[in-house]
Amino acid sequence: MSFLSHLINGVSLGSIYAIIALGYTMVYGIAKMLNFAHGDVIMVGGYMSFCATVYLGWPPLAGVALAVIVCTALGIVIERLAYKPLRMAPSLAVLITAIGVSYFLQNAALLIWGSSPKSFTSVVGGSPIALFGGQLTISPVTIVTVVTCVIIMVALTLFTSKSKAGTAMRAVSEDKGAAQLMGINVNTTISLTFAIGSGLAAIAGVLLCSAYPTLMPTTGAMPGIKAFTAAVFGGIGSIPGAFVGGVLLGVIEIFAGAYISTQLSNAIVFAVLIVVLLVKPDGLLGKRVSEKV
Amino acid sequence: MAMLEVKDINVYYGLIHALRDVSFEVNEGEIVALIGANGAGKTTTLHTITGLLPSKSGTVTFEGKDITKIPGHAIVRLGMSHVPEGRRVFAGLTVRENLRMGAYTRPGSEIEASLAEVYKRFPRLEERKNQAAGTLSGGEQQMLAMGRALMAKPRILLLDEPSMGLSPLFVSEVFKIIQEVSAAGTTVLLVEQNAKKALSIADRAYVLETGQVIKSGKAADLLNDDSIKKAYLGE
Repeated sequence: MSFLSHLINGVSLGSIYAIIALGYTMVYGIAKMLNFAHGDVIMVGGYMSFCATVYLGWPPLAGVALAVIVCTALGIVIERLAYKPLRMAPSLAVLITAIGVSYFLQNAALLIWGSSPKSFTSVVGGSPIALFGGQLTISPVTIVTVVTCVIIMVALTLFTSKSKAGTAMRAVSEDKGAAQLMGINVNTTISLTFAIGSGLAAIAGVLLCSAYPTLMPTTGAMPGIKAFTAAVFGGIGSIPGAFVGGVLLGVIEIFAGAYISTQLSNAIVFAVLIVVLLVKPDGLLGKRVSEKV
Repeated sequence: MAMLEVKDINVYYGLIHALRDVSFEVNEGEIVALIGANGAGKTTTLHTITGLLPSKSGTVTFEGKDITKIPGHAIVRLGMSHVPEGRRVFAGLTVRENLRMGAYTRPGSEIEASLAEVYKRFPRLEERKNQAAGTLSGGEQQMLAMGRALMAKPRILLLDEPSMGLSPLFVSEVFKIIQEVSAAGTTVLLVEQNAKKALSIADRAYVLETGQVIKSGKAADLLNDDSIKKAYLGE
């Protein structure tokens, strides 16, 4: 029974990674850059929800809405101010800028909210559900997390494959110049991608803090890196890949912690990543489009 | 007044002066060819017209409107489509999705009718409409790139090296289609290295050499011009 319980915890944690990884993978797919500040947007989302519910006394859902709105705007602003001027710059310059933005956000949070951890109240109420005569308990936040993740994954897949804006996004991701000739505004499309990714980060932030209720300026850093790993694991640029990578990573992490060693769980996660990439450099669901020249 | 008027444009790649005071015009209904060797500035000229490259000085006027500073993505709405060199179809998108992107700026209600028109002109594209564009042959990709540009219902079509890398059969096919498109009322500006073919279907032509227009005139006259014959027609 403990196996089942670990599995559920793993899927739940993995779902959070997956939501973050979806943001990473979309931004990478369209803007061809690794937005290392993505993890810190999660943290901002957590604080927004915290402030709304604790300081302003808003209901939890209003707090989530505020977090999504603020993070969406933040994502657009970060792209406009920090990344857009570097559109033609070498990718190393963009990468370093992204790390800079990450430190900026962490330190801004440190100035505003201080370094002491805030204790976050879960946005999902209700008491745990007991199964098998109390041998297995599932908390409501676990269920909400997994369901949210699946809904987001399906919605994003439908959006990119069926809608006009989504198809335009894929066109921009393949060839910005040719997309421009079609009349697609590349800047707007990239902004939209950052908006979606950051909005998702806010949701991930709230869910993360609901499951692990300590909120600090560095809260987003480690999940951010793990979600990036998950995105690469699943095949960066691929939406189902981010989902599969995220969930698998969460399950591996929890199992490694439970059955092997808590201290080594992170090391094992990254070791698995290395092995997968050695065998399949494009990631699990990474796609290679065959091109005739 | 000319439909498209390029006047004294200068373009630089860093310190390299790629276009020097290039001027030419295209009248409504014409097929105008820009010919010249590799690196003469033909592609640069097209990229400058459709806003993929900024010019240092000079103006581009389309139907009386100065479009020099208009952002690239806004050009197609004015009625100008550009089929880029190397086709640049969206390899991971299906043929149909590529065509739909061609009509990105048009209202959704008109797209099905245009798709039917393009499929009629390029039956091969209809057979492969659900296939990823990257799996098409080079000639089919060229058809797709042209079909995609036509989906915007342009009044002028800019074609950059449409015959490059194609088998002789497809080359003839491409030139036949250009003539059909022209006959249907679309003005054409054609950039080609295959000068003989280009001059044989064009009304007028300009010869570019190291970023400058060195000669212009009726295509039929240029076909018989000794220096052109020697330099570009291999005779």
